[in-house]
Amino acid sequence: MNGVYKKYDKEVLRVDRLELLKGCIYGIIGPSGAGKSTLLRIINLLTPPTGGEVKYHGRPVAANGQERLALQRKMALVFQQTLLFKDSVFNNVAFGLKARGYSKSETEDRVSTLLEQIGMTELRNRRADTLSGGEAQRVAIARAVAFEPELLLLDEPTANLDPGNIEQIESMITGLAREKGITIIMVTHNVFQARRIAEQVMFVHQGRIVEIGATEKIFTEPEKESTRQFVEGRMVY
Amino acid sequence: MSRLLEGLVEAFRLIISLDPELLQIVFLSLRISIMAIILATLIGIPLGTLLGLKGEKKTRIINKIIFTFMGMPPVVAGLIIYLILSREGPLGVLALLYTPSAMIIAQVFLAAPIVTGLTMVGVRAKGGIIEETARSLGASSALAAWTVVKESRFAILGAIITGFSRVIAEVGAVMIVGGNIAGKTRVMTTAIVLETRKGNFELAIGLGLVLLILSFIVNSFLYNIQKGGGKN
Ligand SMILES: Nc1ncnc2c1ncn2[C@@H]1O[C@H](COP(=O)(O)OP(=O)(O)OP(=O)(O)O)[C@@H](O)[C@H]1O
Ligand SMILES: [Mg+2]
Repeated sequence: MNGVYKKYDKEVLRVDRLELLKGCIYGIIGPSGAGKSTLLRIINLLTPPTGGEVKYHGRPVAANGQERLALQRKMALVFQQTLLFKDSVFNNVAFGLKARGYSKSETEDRVSTLLEQIGMTELRNRRADTLSGGEAQRVAIARAVAFEPELLLLDEPTANLDPGNIEQIESMITGLAREKGITIIMVTHNVFQARRIAEQVMFVHQGRIVEIGATEKIFTEPEKESTRQFVEGRMVY
Repeated sequence: MSRLLEGLVEAFRLIISLDPELLQIVFLSLRISIMAIILATLIGIPLGTLLGLKGEKKTRIINKIIFTFMGMPPVVAGLIIYLILSREGPLGVLALLYTPSAMIIAQVFLAAPIVTGLTMVGVRAKGGIIEETARSLGASSALAAWTVVKESRFAILGAIITGFSRVIAEVGAVMIVGGNIAGKTRVMTTAIVLETRKGNFELAIGLGLVLLILSFIVNSFLYNIQKGGGKN
């Protein structure tokens, strides 16, 4: 990512340079309105940046619709406000597989395996809009990883969940990175969560990436004063 | 009072005995309005979805035009279609005036804005986030749009039924472009007008009852699905 910025009414994000490594778990922390979700949306090609360049594997994004779609299909984004389709749990998780033309049996296999992993085999035929918050969030993540993206973008995946559910989702995330080598970028308001599972942490403030570095370093000896204030919970905003 | 009672009794007799004239009128009405609503749906769903997915700001003028057309008085719609189809009109060569086709066209003109407008409103509520969710999971533009339609199905079905209710009960437009020709373009509403004027209340009341029953069936269905749009 090079010189990328985004303007709505005013500039909300400016990233001079950002490089992400494959297979790493990134945590993005920062106050509300800092531009965290905007950053994820730009990476996911959902929102075009106002200027600048985003490259994947060193190549710029093609304007061509087919290539764009192919690139987009290597990523998945779980939104801050997740939306499950008004359909069965099974069909929700299967959505990305069907979009990619997976065969029926392959889809069945993958979805069943995932539902088992998230402990929801019994609920496979339940309508997704009748699930509890924690169940819904697990389904949303399962739906995003069913097609094994190279890059998984998570926007506050554990907001409003109880500790049990949080732990379950956190181990799901770390498991995905470890076992499947999926690169993960997770936005979280919870600095402790970032410290628990991220390998690299990025502190975003007022549309800027203030600091990025190894998790322990960000938490114990950050280079910027504002980072220190934020991770120590002393930032006033 | 006795005339009303007699009329009612006679009307029931017509309905129960499946009077051929009554049946013919009912079926013609249904044929025309169902055809019209199918065409209006084919126009209204894609257009309404497209408009609903574009921002409100970008489509404001079009929205206002559609909302105006939604409230168009049927006689005005009839007049416009009449002028277009009349011999001197731009489509006069087709000689469609006073045929069921003309009536279908007039009803499409009335129903399409309703289907479009209500679909648009339904899609606008959550269409953007549905589309983005689908795209973030690798859906092509076509699949994303289809997902939006599927997720908005309750609102869209409601739009279709509302459009149908409007055209099946409408008199002005079909009267003007159809001409109320017996056996050819006479539908329930125009027949009621004519028979009432002639003092033949049995047939008028009979058709009125059929319309009411139809309205009950269609709107009960609407009620049921819109209730289904909620959580339980
Ligand atoms: N579509 C939009 N139109 C106008 N402004 C927007 C839009 N989306 C985001 N913004 C603005 O951009 C800024 C950054 O928003 P963003 O959602 O990226 O913040 P965030 O860091 O994710 O915040 P939070 O932690 O509250 O989710 C905010 O000031 C927001 O109001
Ligand atoms: Mg956000």
